Formats: sequence, structure tokens, C-alpha cells
Amino acid sequence: MIRYIIRRLLVAVLLLAIISLVTFGIFFLLPKLAGQSTDDLAARYLGREVTPEGLAGVKAKLGLDDSFLVRYWHFIEGIFVGTDYKFGTSVTHCPAPCMGFSYRTNEPVFDLLLDRAPITFSIAIGAAVLWLLAGVTIGVVSALRRGSAFDRGAMSMALAGVSLPMFFTGLVSIFLFCRQFKILPTPRYEAFLGNPATWAQNLILPWVTLAFLYAAMYARLTRAGMLETMGEDYIRTARAKGLPERDVIVRHGLRSALTPIITIFGLDIGLLLGGAVITETTFSFAGLGQLMLQGITRSDLPVALGVTMATGLFVIVANLVVDILYAVADPRVRLA
Amino acid sequence: MKLLEVRDLRVAFPTADGVVRAVRGVSFSVEAGRTLGIVGESGSGKSVSTQTLMGLTPGAQVSGEAWFDGQDLLAMPERQMRRVRGAQIGMIFQDPLSSLHPHYKVGWQIVEMIREHEPDTGKAAARKRAVEMLGLVGIPQPDRRVDDYPHQFSGGMRQRAMIAMALALHPKLIIADEPTTALDATVQMQILDLMRRLQREFDTALIMITHDLGVIADMADDVLVMYGGREAEVAGRRTLYYRPHHPYTVGLLESVPSAPGVGGRLKPIPGQPPSLINLPSGCVFHPRCEYVMERCRVDEPPLREVVATEPAPGEEPAGALPGGDLPRVDLRRDGTHRSACWLPHTAVGLDAGVAAARRAASEAADAGAGAAEDADGAEPEGGER
Repeated sequence: MIRYIIRRLLVAVLLLAIISLVTFGIFFLLPKLAGQSTDDLAARYLGREVTPEGLAGVKAKLGLDDSFLVRYWHFIEGIFVGTDYKFGTSVTHCPAPCMGFSYRTNEPVFDLLLDRAPITFSIAIGAAVLWLLAGVTIGVVSALRRGSAFDRGAMSMALAGVSLPMFFTGLVSIFLFCRQFKILPTPRYEAFLGNPATWAQNLILPWVTLAFLYAAMYARLTRAGMLETMGEDYIRTARAKGLPERDVIVRHGLRSALTPIITIFGLDIGLLLGGAVITETTFSFAGLGQLMLQGITRSDLPVALGVTMATGLFVIVANLVVDILYAVADPRVRLA
Repeated sequence: MKLLEVRDLRVAFPTADGVVRAVRGVSFSVEAGRTLGIVGESGSGKSVSTQTLMGLTPGAQVSGEAWFDGQDLLAMPERQMRRVRGAQIGMIFQDPLSSLHPHYKVGWQIVEMIREHEPDTGKAAARKRAVEMLGLVGIPQPDRRVDDYPHQFSGGMRQRAMIAMALALHPKLIIADEPTTALDATVQMQILDLMRRLQREFDTALIMITHDLGVIADMADDVLVMYGGREAEVAGRRTLYYRPHHPYTVGLLESVPSAPGVGGRLKPIPGQPPSLINLPSGCVFHPRCEYVMERCRVDEPPLREVVATEPAPGEEPAGALPGGDLPRVDLRRDGTHRSACWLPHTAVGLDAGVAAARRAASEAADAGAGAAEDADGAEPEGGER
């Protein structure tokens, strides 16, 4: 088990390295493919006052004329030990972990990420917990009461959940709960550390909106899985052992039905961030999604790169956790 | 003293296509320490009967009685039934891989059962008993294998583990549902040996469900042959092998490979088992029977006593008896041999002469059918004797 985890960790580090390399490569190549010289890029950085000295200074500071590998090395070095940016005579030291400065606002990218990431991850993780709990519970009850009013109702809701886009359910829920019935405040992000209660209160609607879509899918998956496992021979064995029905369902039935759910959850984590970005936009939260969008539309390489690395890290870590959970859940996986 | 006595068990499943009448009035009993073999094709109702006794057939319409140790299993509330399952009646199933939970350690699955029925047992004590049981069923290094998962066991070891689980609480009755069907032939013999040894050791009653007459020959004291949800024939083991009466039993015996006295080719029973939704009229076996008479198509034969004859001197036993060196038939005229067939009750056995006698009897019955149709009761055996 420990060896399995170590192996997975090594793979995760390798993956992160590849992600950074590929993303860096894309942003290095794109301007070249668009036919822009390094002068053009530097000019855009300078803004109105373009002088040859200024251009040279910017190019030197950002290393625009350096080769790909040198620039990539500079980037990696910044993350681990920090790096210096020289502009003319002035030197800006960027302590580790340094991911560069925004070309637009000159803010350190790492601080930007620290500022924005909690918003997106709060939405994503909260929604994931909610959808797993709701989806699995509804799925199990539906499977055990197949054909009942609950089952049919839940599966109709599930169909609605899968079909309705988040920006629709999100806006409808704001309209209903915040405007019509005034049960909830209009969502606005509050830091978790400030006041967890208001944090959660503000996040309820984004969570429900995002979770609705996935909970619907997971309810259907769990229902199908439970229907299948409850017909397995080992369920009959569990009953023949004289176990109470509750143990048969949870310990023997659900345990098996959960294994594929975990796998699919691992795959959905990537989508989850995408969903969180749409959700934060729907609710006007300034999260990673907004930052990413700005970074890309304004050719702000360090910001776009930083957001990509942060989301990549999140997906990899989440997958690592899921894989370990999976190995715990299904002993047969550990041999592979 | 009968440990389990089942009377007129009927099980039906309502489905979208109609009511599946899986079991239609079966009675049988098992005494402590003895073995009842239940034989039949798939769909004959053999597994459904026993699983219904344990309350493992959800959605079934059940009637009848099943007296186990002074209590009617079929009338028992679920809470009480749970205490019977596992603790007083153990079950062994056909496919040990799919019958053990793939995500739990083998030992844990045994411990779970022990602690369910004996909540006072500590984890360590229950585990110790699981190790003991695994050792008892012949699993090497049981103290280490107790922490293995089912997929780390071989097929035979998995079935040994299932047996260990079934026996862990020393139940009075074990129901083994095709316990060797999924195993290699060599492993089959080991498992049967093991079950016989443990049965003696624990003085457990055993119901052995199988379609393999070789297994029955090895294990059973009494045999119940089921067809289409009913008894076809009931007899002591030897009687059944030497003096089968029901053409279905005869067909089963003749279709066993390696049966001595049956030449080079196997003789299959033609046709398929009946649909349990649209059962044939009369005797359910009549569409496949080579001795079918007019009467068989109309009347369902009741289970009646067979009065067997003495075996001819030097007669070779037919059927799947291994070795052929068993003692001669122990002829009991105590009503233990019963068969649900209209053929004369003297027509028992497997040799060519009996086959001819059967054929003659069925033809004679059809020839006289017009006159003797209403003369029910003792005919046609009255004329033959």
C-alpha cells in the first residue's frame, strides 16, 4: 500500500512537470505562430511610451530573446528558489515560490492565485461533497425502492438536472431565493477564515447549482450500480449469514457499488473545475476562472500559466486522493 | 427425529410475463446427521425451494410449512429468521468467487458472521475462530491466509473458505447448493471428501443440491429428484441407482458420462425443461418422455409408493456408481421409494428388459385407454402385478 502511494506520488510530480512544460511551450510558441516579434510583445508591455531603450529593457527583464529552455529554466527556478528580475538598474527580487508578475498589473502571480484559488476551490470542493452525498443517497434509495414514487420522482429530477445548464439553474435560483423569497443573501464570496457560517451561507447557491447537475448523474449511476450489486451472489451470501438488511445494503451492496463511482469521480474532477468556473461567473465571484479568462484575452502569459499550473495541481492531487481511495476500496487494484 | 420437515412447499414469482410457478407442492425431510440429495435440471425448483426456506427469495409468493427444530421457518418473522440464517442453517453456494465479497478479507467475512450472531465475542477471539475454521477446512497457513482477499485464493480454496464460513457457528443443517459445480474434477472430489468428513465431525444434517448424479452417489443417503417444480421420484440412494422408476430419473442416470453398462454413447434426455409459466398439461414430463401414455397428457400423476422387486442374481448396477463394488440394493418396503409416474410400479431398473416392459405397459395402457380411462386409483399397476 505504501509502495503504491509512493509510486502514485512520483507519477504526480512527473505529470506536473509535463503540464508546466506543455503550457509554457504553448505560450512560447503562440506569439511566434501569430507572427509577432519579441519587439511587438515588449511594446505591448510598455504601453504608450515605446522607446528602443525601453524595448531592450523589457526584453532583457522578461528574457523575451532567450531560448525556450532558458526561459523555462528561469520559470522553474523561480518556483523553487525565487529569482530576480532586472529592469535597467533596478532589480526586483521575487522570492520562491515565484511564478512571475502579471504583464498587466505587475502583481505577483502567486499572490493573485492565493487570492483567487480559495473561491474556486470552495465552490468545487463543497459542490463535490454535496453531489456525492446527495447523488449516492438518492441513488441507493431509488435502487432499493425501484419503481416507487420516490424512484420515479428522483429519476425525473435527475433527467432535469442533467439537461439544465448551470447558468440557467444558477440564475433561476438567485431569482427565486434571493429576490422573490429573500431567504438567502445575494451570493458574495466571504473568506472561510473570517466567518465559516457566512462563508457557507454565501456558497450554498453556487454549491447547489453545480452539484445539481452532477448529483443527478451520480444518482443515476449509483442506482444502476446498486441494482446490479444487490443481485450479486455475495449479497445472497451476506443475507444467508444472517446479517441485518441495513448491513447487507451498506456494507456489502453499497461498498461494491461505490467503487465505480469513485473511478468516475476521479475523471469528473477535471470537469468539476470547469463547472466551478462557469458557476463562479454565473454568481459573479472573482475566482480562478475570471483570472484565467483575463490572462488569456490580454496575452498575460504568467497569469495564464499560473492558473493552469494551479488547476493542474488541484486535478492531480484530487486524482491522487481518489486513486488512493480506490485502492483502499478495492484491494484488487493494488496488485496492478 | 426429523430436523427439517418441509410440507407442501409452493413458491411462485409474479412477473410481467405471468406467474412463474417455480415450486408446486414439494415435501421432504432431513434427519440430523444425514444427507438429502436434491437432483434436477436447472429450473426444476431445487435451488428455489431451499432458498425460500431461508427467506432468500424476495418477491416470492410462498405457501406450505417448513418445520425446523420445532419452528416453522416460513411463518417466522424476519428478525427471528436472521438468527436462524448462518447460525442454525449454513449455506454453501455454487460459485465461491462470486459468493464471497471481493472487497473484504476472507477472515473478516467469517468474523463478521460470528460477531453478528455472538455479539459478545471480541474481535481477536472471533478472528482466532476464523483461523481455526480455515485450518479445519484444510487451508494451509490459515493464520496468514485469513488476511487474504478472495481473489488471492484458488477456486478450491475459496470453496473451502465458504465451507469454513458455513460451519463457523456449528449449524445443525447445511444447505449446499451445487457446491462443486464450478470446480475442477479433482478439486470436486477433495471438497466432497472434506464435506463428508466435517459432516461426521459436527454431526450436521446436509441438503446437497446438484444436477450431478455422481455427487449424489458419493454423498446422499436419500435422494429427491425434482422436475418442473415437483418431486419426480424419492428414494434411498441405492434404490434410486439400482431401481429407478420415473423415466426422468432413468434419463438422468443414462445421461451421466462414465456410467457403467451404458455403452459408448451418452443418451441425452430429448427436449428442454418446461416453461414454469406455461406448464405442460398432465404430467409435466410427458413432452419429453419416451413412454408417454394418453393418460399422462391429461392427469398429473401423484407421488405414489413404488414396490420394488428383488434384483436378479449377478445383475450389474447401472448409473453413476463409482467402482461398482457397492453392496446389493437394500430393499426397503417402507414407503421410502415413491415416484410420480403412471407407469406400472414393477417397471423399475435400467436394463433393456425393463425398458421393453415399460414400453409394453405404456402401449397396453393406451390400447385400453378408451375403456379403462375412468377406472382411476390402483390402475395400471393392478393389471401388471
